[in-house]
Amino acid sequence: MTETITAPAEVERPIDEDVPRPALPWIVIVWNDPINLMSYVTWVFQKLFGYPRAKAEKLMMDVHTKGKAVVSSGTREKAEFDVARLHAHGLWATMQQDA
Amino acid sequence: MARGPVRRTRDGGFQLRLSANERDVLRQLPQQLRTLIEAEDPATDPAVARLYPPAYLDDPIRNLEYERLAGDDLTSQRLAAIDRMASTLDAERLTEDDVLAWLGVLNDLRLVLGTRLDVTEETTEDDFPAGDPRAEAFALYAYLTYVVDAIVGALSAAT
Repeated sequence: MTETITAPAEVERPIDEDVPRPALPWIVIVWNDPINLMSYVTWVFQKLFGYPRAKAEKLMMDVHTKGKAVVSSGTREKAEFDVARLHAHGLWATMQQDA
Repeated sequence: MARGPVRRTRDGGFQLRLSANERDVLRQLPQQLRTLIEAEDPATDPAVARLYPPAYLDDPIRNLEYERLAGDDLTSQRLAAIDRMASTLDAERLTEDDVLAWLGVLNDLRLVLGTRLDVTEETTEDDFPAGDPRAEAFALYAYLTYVVDAIVGALSAAT
């Protein structure tokens, strides 16, 4: 992502592994790209998922510094819906079953 | 905050401060994006393919299915944004839906131009010296960066 603002962040986003589930959930991953602006990516996360600004910025910084971040999860249908919305906003998103 | 080219107003709308030159640059863009997404096969143009990423990393069969289901929706959303931006190009005041359409079109074009120019996070105008045939495209890319960031700032600002 292209930097137009700076925000400090060194945060981990643990994925829940505590409760047994009937089926593995699907996770939606956003990958870093050199074009989308950091401000834009933060705004997209807030708009699409309703995340508070702080959470959206943390996810954006994970994408920027670690190369990717899990931004949502759920059924395959929900994940595909979220991926399509992210694609409509130009973000590079994929989905996979949580292992 | 108040001096940018895009500003949220108290009534929930947006005010645009753009010079005549800027409007002339922006005027070309909706049709350019329309031509690209209607004429180019994403399979043969990596810059257009950037607007239609795969949903699955290692599953070509499911990607085919995803493209069949989501591809037309993505295109119709883009064409609707293109139409809305084209019809509000000379407006001084925009609704939020108008601004979202402008943002969609301009960010899509950044993605296309950035992919064509193979930009990295470190790319600057110094990478395209005078005489470089790509310099003009990079200047447009840099201008779009400025406008997109201004729109995001206005959308994120409290009324």
